[in-house]
Amino acid sequence: MTVGPELALVIPLVGAVGIGLTGSKPNLREAVTLLCAATLLGCVSLIAAQVLQGEHPRWEGPLMGPGLQLVLEVEPLGLLYAMVGAVLWIPNSIYSIGYMRGHHERNQTRFYICFALALSSVMGIAFSGNLPTLFVFYETLTLSTFPLIAHHGSPQAKRSGRIYLGILFSTSMLFLLLGICWAGVANGGDLSFKAGGILGGVDPGVRSVLFVLFVLGIGKAALMPFHFWLPAAMVAPTPVSALLHAVAVVKAGVFCMLKIMLYVFGLDVVRDQVHHEWLMSLAAFTILVSSIVALNQDNLKARLAYSTVSQLSYIVLGASLGSVLGILGGGLHVAMHATGKITLFFCAGAIYVAAGKTKVSQLDGLGRSMPVTMGCFAVGAMSIIGLPPLGGAWSKWYLGLATLDSAWPWLLAVLMVSSLLNVAYLMPIPIRAFFLPPPSGGPEPSGIQEAPLPCLIAMVITAILSLLLFFAPELALALPELALGGKL
Amino acid sequence: MSGLLPHLPALIVVTPLLGGVLAPLCGKGPTKAWALATAVTWVTFALTCWLAVSVYDQGTAQYFVGTWGVGSAPGPLGAKDWTGIVGIELRVDRLNALVLCLVAGMTAVITPYARLSVAKEIPHDRLHFFYAVWLLCLTGLLGITVTGDAFNLYVLIEISSLTTYILVALGKSRDKRALTAAIRYLFMGTVGASFLLLGIGYLFMCTGTLNMAEMATRVAELRDQRGIHTAFAFVLAGLSLKMALFPVHQWLPKAYAYSPTAVSAFLASTATKVAIYGAFRFLFTVFGTEFSFGVLDANSLLIACSCIAILYGSLVAIRQSDLKRLLAYSSVAQVGYMVLGMALANREALTGTLVHMVNHALVKGAMFLAVGCMIYRLGSAKVSDLNGLGKRMPLTTVCLIVGCLGLVGVPLTGGFVSKWYLVQGALRAGLWPVAVVLLVGSLLAVLYAMRIVEPLVFGKAPEGEEVREAPPSMLLPTAALLVGSLVLGVSGSLKTGLIWTATGDLLGVGQ
Repeated sequence: MTVGPELALVIPLVGAVGIGLTGSKPNLREAVTLLCAATLLGCVSLIAAQVLQGEHPRWEGPLMGPGLQLVLEVEPLGLLYAMVGAVLWIPNSIYSIGYMRGHHERNQTRFYICFALALSSVMGIAFSGNLPTLFVFYETLTLSTFPLIAHHGSPQAKRSGRIYLGILFSTSMLFLLLGICWAGVANGGDLSFKAGGILGGVDPGVRSVLFVLFVLGIGKAALMPFHFWLPAAMVAPTPVSALLHAVAVVKAGVFCMLKIMLYVFGLDVVRDQVHHEWLMSLAAFTILVSSIVALNQDNLKARLAYSTVSQLSYIVLGASLGSVLGILGGGLHVAMHATGKITLFFCAGAIYVAAGKTKVSQLDGLGRSMPVTMGCFAVGAMSIIGLPPLGGAWSKWYLGLATLDSAWPWLLAVLMVSSLLNVAYLMPIPIRAFFLPPPSGGPEPSGIQEAPLPCLIAMVITAILSLLLFFAPELALALPELALGGKL
Repeated sequence: MSGLLPHLPALIVVTPLLGGVLAPLCGKGPTKAWALATAVTWVTFALTCWLAVSVYDQGTAQYFVGTWGVGSAPGPLGAKDWTGIVGIELRVDRLNALVLCLVAGMTAVITPYARLSVAKEIPHDRLHFFYAVWLLCLTGLLGITVTGDAFNLYVLIEISSLTTYILVALGKSRDKRALTAAIRYLFMGTVGASFLLLGIGYLFMCTGTLNMAEMATRVAELRDQRGIHTAFAFVLAGLSLKMALFPVHQWLPKAYAYSPTAVSAFLASTATKVAIYGAFRFLFTVFGTEFSFGVLDANSLLIACSCIAILYGSLVAIRQSDLKRLLAYSSVAQVGYMVLGMALANREALTGTLVHMVNHALVKGAMFLAVGCMIYRLGSAKVSDLNGLGKRMPLTTVCLIVGCLGLVGVPLTGGFVSKWYLVQGALRAGLWPVAVVLLVGSLLAVLYAMRIVEPLVFGKAPEGEEVREAPPSMLLPTAALLVGSLVLGVSGSLKTGLIWTATGDLLGVGQ
């Protein structure tokens, strides 16, 4: 059965309309969300089956003007990103039900509509067949997630929303759009993604400028100094932080980075013909500094946010090396970090809903009343650190190989130091919860007090996924390999 | 019916003119004159569309008025019994076909809206005069666009300007400052028109003709004459005043802010666009790109002015507390975008300008109409009035938000497409700092759009007041314009068809 990539965009859009129509009946509304998520996963799976057989499903949208057309074309790397989004939307929807109801949030219909719209944009980014399409959906993703950030409408939420829009819009409009237009003018108007890049014949000086513009333009990759939006976005309800700011939005950034390195510049150009050392250094700097910042965050979500900033730069580092192994490791890390980090956010939200706690220092002894949550947290944390038997081990392994293979083997030291820092800021949380006594003076914990059942189901699913990805990484490996031209 | 086709260029001017004469005879009261005006504007719109289709298919349409010349030899342009000096030629090519459709279409959509809005903002015993003046103003604007005769163009500019002063001044019952705004516009407009007249006089002196196509061929031979240079300076200054290009934009914010809201929408979406069309006609057709941008280097001046206009207009817009003034200053910036594309004078940039012209007319028109809905229900339109409007007037709110997205130029709106081409044009001209100014301008637009969107979505409504949604006859035109801008963003038929070929015609390159 052949399925076009446009269907993957349309399903969440139809879902958004359905959610809007059923807004007054919460149970029906959530059923629509789940149905829509399941359909989307089915659709993406069908597309994946075609891609694994070597096809490239393609769809051409209306010509928006001379030389400006929406084109979708599935390539393996984008498929990996789309898979991650589609797979994780299901546990996240289950989780949202528990969290939003357990927390009595207002404007839930708007929340679910924006979520579906964001997923549609994610599919658009993943399957974009040329740079204008990529840009269009990059911007619609920013717009559709803005109401989710400012969901509460409090002054702090509004302020965070402004930071979010401010940074993401200013980087994308000033740098990314300029870079895209400039690339078109410099190479005669060809803005489609091609293996080996499209800037081969462009003046090297211009190419280096374009490299800077593209890298700085992708603010969603949260490379320092454009990372402020991510900790600010933590004001959003936790399901938003979990799916969007650990998975969809931030991965959109690093995925664009990988895609642009691979299909706009071409790996050879990145490695040998543009100045890319600064990007490597900046990524290494971001990895280390944000890990150190994460150490000092007492707010659990803020700590996880800085951890995300750090882990994203792993992928940027992989992209900037301009090597096959780097892209492979980066691509894998998109999937591995996503499953690990979404688990951690699920746990953070569950702790907030069940125990009302937001700070790391309040978690002493919490393992006794929330054993499932803290157990899942430990699993997610180990995956982020890169310990076997969890998925994160693979991506860090390949990224390590990539640095050894490059002209800058000292980057391996950066990765190792960072892994130690990961241990230092993540592991104390489950350790405190399980091995320290509850704070004295508070009310005695009366047995198990877990988060609502949907929250638990969701976090167990993603924790198991992290495990599975260690023992069966074939699909996650196969797609980047296919993108890089066959088995490695 | 097809017998009408050759006469269309004249009919599109004559129809609203007749309507304007008949409107005062309809008698007082809000309905009759309005119904006549609505019918006339829609007929006119239909005629312009018909004309545009035929021009697109069959090329330039010509129409000769005043074949009372005595010369026996065939006239210079192949017309019989026509002297190049006294006869008036109406000439419609793809560029002015587009502008004609835009002007007539915008008026046709705004006129149905005007019934309630205008009845609330001006005294009832003046309503029939209002619609008469409204139609005469439309006549002037369409005439400017359709004519191929320089002096005729001046006369029609004066007609449109005089009627505009009246329309602006009619805002006085809502706000007394409308009178000073009208006087201010009267002074500035008269200065501009005088400059233009002087310029046309010099042109006539040097070339001996008032027909613009004739002028164009003779200017090419006389490009070293001082008179032509002087004419160029006067014409450019006059037109800059009319299109409110920085630094001669001061009349615009006041005129837009204090006139009746339907008039603000009408002026914002038609008058400046027609002035910009006039600049196109003079710079590209009469003087020619080589003279305007090569010999005289007018593009440096225009690029500088328009870049400042973009930044200055947006920055001032951010600080406004009155919505109409905010939108007016945003217009100052948007005029900068359009002139910038014109001055860059390559095909991408010109395409950007024309798309922006259409998009800005639709979006800014719709924004003023939405603000009009607020004024209709709330009596005023301050930024602080937006608080909690989302709950009280949800449809108006949606219109305002979509309009803001269009002003910013978010992807999938027409504004994105125009920005895309303008940036490409700037880069193709090798002027990357100009591209940066364009993009910074749209970031500033995000700032003033946020001032509108944030209170709409997150603000708390003041206690106690019951406010209902605006009536459908006002909401429908507003929504129609916005849908138009969204279609413009996604569909390419207008852009790849009429606009792209029109820019090819302007630059004299093949398809």
